[in-house]
Amino acid sequence: MSRRSLTLLKNLARSANGSAIQTRSVTYMPRPGDGAPRAVTLIPGDGIGPLVTNAVEQVMEAMHAPIYFEKYDVHGEMSRMPPEVMESIRKNKVCLKGGLKTPVGGGVSSLNVQLRKELDLFASLVNCFNLPGLPTRHENVDIVVIRENTEGEYAGLEHEVVPGVVESLKVITKFCSERIAKYAFEYAYLNNRKKVTAVHKANIMKLADGLFLESCREVAKKYPSITYNEIIVDNCCMQLVAKPEQFDVMVTPNLYGNLVANTAAGIAGGTGVMPGGNVGADHAVFEQGASAGNVGKDKIVRENKANPVALLLSSAMMLRHLQFPSFADRLETAVKRVISEGKCRTKDLGGQSTTQEVVDAVIANLE
Amino acid sequence: MARRSASILNRLLAKNPPSPFTAPTRSITYMPRPGDGAPRTVTLIPGDGIGPLVTGAVEQVMEAMHAPVHFERYEVLGHMRRVPEEVIESVKRNKVCLKGGLATPVGGGVSSLNMQLRKELDIFASLVNCINVPGLATRHENVDIVVIRENTEGEYSGLEHEVVPGVVESLKVITKFCSERIARYAFEYAYLNNRKKVTAVHKANIMKLADGLFLESCREVAKHYPGITYNEIIVDNCCMQLVAKPEQFDVMVTPNLYGNLVANTAAGIAGGTGVMPGGNVGAEHAIFEQGASAGNVGNDKIVEQKKANPVALLLSSAMMLRHLRFPTFADRLETAVKQVIQEGKCRTKDLGGDCTTQEVVDAVIAALE
Repeated sequence: MSRRSLTLLKNLARSANGSAIQTRSVTYMPRPGDGAPRAVTLIPGDGIGPLVTNAVEQVMEAMHAPIYFEKYDVHGEMSRMPPEVMESIRKNKVCLKGGLKTPVGGGVSSLNVQLRKELDLFASLVNCFNLPGLPTRHENVDIVVIRENTEGEYAGLEHEVVPGVVESLKVITKFCSERIAKYAFEYAYLNNRKKVTAVHKANIMKLADGLFLESCREVAKKYPSITYNEIIVDNCCMQLVAKPEQFDVMVTPNLYGNLVANTAAGIAGGTGVMPGGNVGADHAVFEQGASAGNVGKDKIVRENKANPVALLLSSAMMLRHLQFPSFADRLETAVKRVISEGKCRTKDLGGQSTTQEVVDAVIANLE
Repeated sequence: MARRSASILNRLLAKNPPSPFTAPTRSITYMPRPGDGAPRTVTLIPGDGIGPLVTGAVEQVMEAMHAPVHFERYEVLGHMRRVPEEVIESVKRNKVCLKGGLATPVGGGVSSLNMQLRKELDIFASLVNCINVPGLATRHENVDIVVIRENTEGEYSGLEHEVVPGVVESLKVITKFCSERIARYAFEYAYLNNRKKVTAVHKANIMKLADGLFLESCREVAKHYPGITYNEIIVDNCCMQLVAKPEQFDVMVTPNLYGNLVANTAAGIAGGTGVMPGGNVGAEHAIFEQGASAGNVGNDKIVEQKKANPVALLLSSAMMLRHLRFPTFADRLETAVKQVIQEGKCRTKDLGGDCTTQEVVDAVIAALE
């Protein structure tokens, strides 16, 4: 028996030395002047927005990140985005925002959509993945949903034909479909992803979604090493909750993307933790991954129990976008560590902590 | 004896609970701007000696990865009088260059082409990252030193003259302008890469004015970065400390000559100049080459047998991919190279093995994800 234990011991000792070598990667050699601080427009928003954006501000200060925020007050019931906010984003090129609540009905159009259309932020990206330490019913989830942001069902073109009959126009153009497909494949190429899935309902909307699919197929030909397939959106929703590991990158028109992103976020841990961003040719706006219009209930705001993780991880994406990879890594590692330890979690993750307690834990875990 | 092994087993098993950080999880995604995937052109200078061998290795690996870089190759050899005009034009156009070594003849009238490139393009900072590579046994552990060396002046000004027959003066030039910008670059590097300490290497007790000016500039810049520790060390003590206790050094900022020596020493203790990556950067251009000893192009025997070590240039090209904003490709290349070294089956002669360059390249390509 001692002989067996000895070999077991040797194997264990060997595996203990060979695993998990946390070494610094090959260094990033900055250009001179890369450390100059960048201005970022900050829009706290409604509901839990000010709470979670304040969390980001605190963590950025604790890290001495080369970022400073220009804060602007915008609320969901305003009829338009104030022009000075748009000016600021056009100048800074990057914006971080909390949620803006869109009133149901009424005549007020969504400020979230207005921002995306005015700045032509045509791609919305949500990264849904299992966080280590956070138990979910689905394992091996690592999906990136790339959603067309400017047209489709969200064109906002509705009219009442006769009293009691309303037409809502869904607009799909070759131009927008092509560029979102191009962005999705380029994203997959740059991030070493193996598969792109187009989500559609072309059996019913033969021309509209058919045009979307055609554009995706054309772009797919230029990327022979990336697998491309198509899935009808109803089957897609079912597959998401049954076998989410089959999906990698998903490219979708506007409405399906909204639903698929929320579903994928939900199975991977909830919209409180998934990071996301919106990007166009010139600007980028970062906000929590899915459900940008969901600003939480009054009770959460009163008790200060909003989950800041989604916006913290989105700000890590923003740091990477601004080419500050080390700061992004530090922030991300600290947040993941806090979640995996499990001591400090807000209510949506099954804990009882307040936003401030989570922020303090993240700051304490920064290297 | 069984009872003792059992208790040790228990302790080992208890110490290794499944940690969530052993499995490599994907980090937060990098959201590219539209058009970021467009291929970039990079000037490629194979150089002398082992140069063509190792740059050929990089080209093969880049193709295997389908990296969005394509190379414009130019023949430059160390005994040419000047770097050809079209090469300089190409580097100015592409902004990024990858090169093998250019051997500088000893004596004679030919100035170093390496130096000429750096001066013409004003590539004032040379950066060498000397770090223990996992799986590669060395006498020193915990080495993680970045040597940032001023590249354009100092002892390498090239201003020499014979005063009278038998008496030669060689001018070492130190300017406030160059010292300040290299100090600023070193502290900015430390800030951006989360480094805690910057050490200035000097010999100001002897060269009071020259190295004194260098130190003054470093001290002034240090005041702007209160979160980073700053200290100074005399170069002779530094060399001794490097081989005795290398873990005390983090980022080192040095004038030209000391930087050359310190970088080579640090590279040597961390595994050899065959594995350390490095680059040179200026305000507009960047040149990547093997970390230390850019003038060392190996001896003829290595070239004949094709046993040059491509690891240094492969890791430098990973630095280049990061510089060109292709972080995922850089990660893939780096992981593959580190895996090959760690497995230890495919190593060239300077690492104690017997493989050829091509075998190492094939192993790296096979290890790519």
